[in-house]
Amino acid sequence: MKATLIVRRYDPESGKPPYDQTYTVAVGESEVVLDALIKIREEQDGSLALRCSCRSAICGSCAMNMNGHPGLACKTKVAALSPHGEPVQVGPGGNLPVIKDLVVDMGPFWSKVRQVTPWLRPGAPPPANEEYRVPNERMLDLSGMMACIMCGACVMACTVLEAEQGQGGKPDEGFLGPAALAKALRFVGDPRDGTSRERLEALMGGGGIWDCTHCFECVQRCPKGVAPMDRILELRRRAVDAGFTDHNGVRHAQAFVDSIRKHGQLDENYLARKSVTFGELFQMMPVALRMLLAGKMPPMFPHNLPGDSREDVKRIFEAMEEEKPA
Amino acid sequence: MRGSRLPPAGGVPRIAPLSGPADGRLAILQHDVLVIGAGLAGMRAAIEAQRNGADVAVISKVHPVRSHSNAAQGGINAALGRVEGDTWEVHAEDTVKGSDWLGDQDSIEIMARDAGENILELEHMGVVFNRDKDGRLAVRSFGGASKQRTFFVADFTGQAMLHVLYEQLLKSGVRIYEEWFVTSLIVENGTCGGVVALEIRTGRVEAIRAKAVILCVGGIGRVYEPSTNALICTGDGIAQAYRVGAPVMDMEMIQYHPTTLKSNGALITEGARGEGATLVNSKGERFLSNPRYGTTNKMELASRDVISRAEQIEINEGRGVDGCVLLDCRHLGEKLIREKLSQIREMGLDFANVDIVKAPIPIRPGMHYIMGGIKTDSEGQTKVPGLYAAGECACVSVHGANRLGANSLLDTIVFGRRSGAHAAKAAKGMSLPAVPETRADLDRKHIEELKARRGGEPSARIRLEMGRLMNDRVSVFRDKAGLEGALEKLRELKSRGKRISLTDRGTVFNTDLIFALELDFMLDVAETIVASALFRAESRGAHTRMDFPKRDDEKWLKHTLASWTPDGPKMDTLPVTITRWPPKERKY
Repeated sequence: MKATLIVRRYDPESGKPPYDQTYTVAVGESEVVLDALIKIREEQDGSLALRCSCRSAICGSCAMNMNGHPGLACKTKVAALSPHGEPVQVGPGGNLPVIKDLVVDMGPFWSKVRQVTPWLRPGAPPPANEEYRVPNERMLDLSGMMACIMCGACVMACTVLEAEQGQGGKPDEGFLGPAALAKALRFVGDPRDGTSRERLEALMGGGGIWDCTHCFECVQRCPKGVAPMDRILELRRRAVDAGFTDHNGVRHAQAFVDSIRKHGQLDENYLARKSVTFGELFQMMPVALRMLLAGKMPPMFPHNLPGDSREDVKRIFEAMEEEKPA
Repeated sequence: MRGSRLPPAGGVPRIAPLSGPADGRLAILQHDVLVIGAGLAGMRAAIEAQRNGADVAVISKVHPVRSHSNAAQGGINAALGRVEGDTWEVHAEDTVKGSDWLGDQDSIEIMARDAGENILELEHMGVVFNRDKDGRLAVRSFGGASKQRTFFVADFTGQAMLHVLYEQLLKSGVRIYEEWFVTSLIVENGTCGGVVALEIRTGRVEAIRAKAVILCVGGIGRVYEPSTNALICTGDGIAQAYRVGAPVMDMEMIQYHPTTLKSNGALITEGARGEGATLVNSKGERFLSNPRYGTTNKMELASRDVISRAEQIEINEGRGVDGCVLLDCRHLGEKLIREKLSQIREMGLDFANVDIVKAPIPIRPGMHYIMGGIKTDSEGQTKVPGLYAAGECACVSVHGANRLGANSLLDTIVFGRRSGAHAAKAAKGMSLPAVPETRADLDRKHIEELKARRGGEPSARIRLEMGRLMNDRVSVFRDKAGLEGALEKLRELKSRGKRISLTDRGTVFNTDLIFALELDFMLDVAETIVASALFRAESRGAHTRMDFPKRDDEKWLKHTLASWTPDGPKMDTLPVTITRWPPKERKY
């Protein structure tokens, strides 16, 4: 079949802004976007710049935007993006500076990975002449994170980073992002590491685990099933279990649970009051005022759920608490 | 486009500032030990060199975790006594037999003896090896091994090791030249004194001086089309070493892996067969039970060369399925596949539309690995003083005529480490070799000439012709006429290669330029492979000559050696080191 690719080009040496270039290329039914891009590069336009290497979703080089969403070009079938021959839009991944065409600067990505101290810090010297004895389940669990190929698709998809950068934040500042935090859990969860507490404490600060807004984009876009957001939530659980509770994020989560338990639904005013300090609440006044004027202010007194629904919610809580492992 | 979050065309993207040649931080580029390539061998060498007190830098044309060591799926061998009666000597003997007695037994002994210690060290660094029920390292079966001794991380052992070594490299603080392409080795007065390299992002070309250079540049798969290898496996460093006087050895020994996908040549791990998957032909027969193949004992766990030949014969004789045979994993069950073969299930779904839980998957022999390479001793030293090599690009030789599965990762770790230690110690008492100030200008001039050239062919066309030629004539079965034809064709391609021209004449991230430079190196590598295959007039391991179908120990229990001359490779032989395992008939 013929595929049409609209590729976002950018040449930093030309002095010109980015532009779209349309290519038509023959692709087989099971061929992926990378196959199409390589054909373009080899047969039509040798100047098209992209990174790619393994062609089998293991090296992590070819993460880019396809129809507006990041993924690996070597793992994304053209036919899936273009079932009826629609043009496929290809561009560099977001949240990272563009170097040329589809090549982005991964520097900010790696600088954030480096911030989680990404190497094992054993609690004790390794056993002599043998391995650390560790249950297989723990290793299998860590394998789920080691499956991360550091392609950056999650970072390109991250809405927190998009919002931060939209407000002028630099790519190597602010939220550590899904990949670095999933990498952090790989060490926090490693029974051989002796510094879990220090690691968790370090992640309590700004840009850490409480900055994620659970938008699920990274879970959906990760080509390796690493589910970074789930790893961030796991880090939060471990942080709370380790006693790190003095954080608006923790209070917010607790207020969320309390509100649902009490009313069966969310009381957003309660949430705000419980999550932040008085001073912070005061700073939010202009926002509250604007919300009020726009008719977006949540009601002062939350509605209760009708009928027996509140009892049903309570029973759900009871069931969950019974099931919760000790 | 609906759902698009791209900014409209015309918006100005954030551009990272370029570091220009005036950048003071990079003014003097010199190190004690410079490692080329950041795969397993390279990173292991760098870490060891630094431990031995050297100022070390790593230079790689891709970010370290993009290296092709990633693709090693099945595992890494060591006789840690997990199975009754397994010792390093048994491992060494299996390796010798696997090599069809072409491996040097002194080096094989070193590799097998050092294996256990090296794997434990990797575990201590943080590799998340699968465990047994007692929490100890688990083992799986692998081809050509008489005992279970393959340690693994599911089916992405290479990736798991590569990322952990990168963690250790970050911890070490070793300087990393990321996305720098080495254009040539600097050899003055017969000694290696560094490299000239191109920073891909800026286009600047610089000399980087060193007291010792360790080539860990990996394989040459792109010389073939198709290949399981990544697009970066172009053997640049092998050709560079060859050109400065380091001979290459046993280059004819190309491994065709028995289980690769037809669509894109991607690899299905031998671990699948290690876990019990079977090979069947179009009649549903497990053809390896046929006595003609010499595989009736070990069946699917015979050596790779043997199985690839059997598959190719089945296909050639009409018992294939669309140019393939079938790998059947169904009886392994979904749970085992999920825990131990998850990546290949994913690959089957992605690239062959087959769920290995539910259906057999078509596979065929595909170019996978080169046993040959830059000739080194067991410390990684080449013939050129100051120049070392380790990993797939080197030929120590531990794999001989056929490498056993899960011995390649071991090779990278053991010999990467030894090279790093030796280079660091050697560098200690040395001053930097003298390098003319204008040395980098030679490479700058070459690049400018290439960019200025007009009206030639694109490099991709020549690479594709070369790759198909190699896969056609220099694959599982070879003969004199085919090889001579290939050599002639290669000479034509080389002359066309001198006249190629580029589409991209820019300086920033010019991949068109990189491919052109790589093609030039690949053509030299291809020539040494064909010349060596033509030279070895016998069949041994992966090298099957239809016109010389028998192994000939009397004449050819020898390494082939190719040295660069202006007129093409000059062929020679070297004796094979036999310590305690004299040649025998090879059956599985």
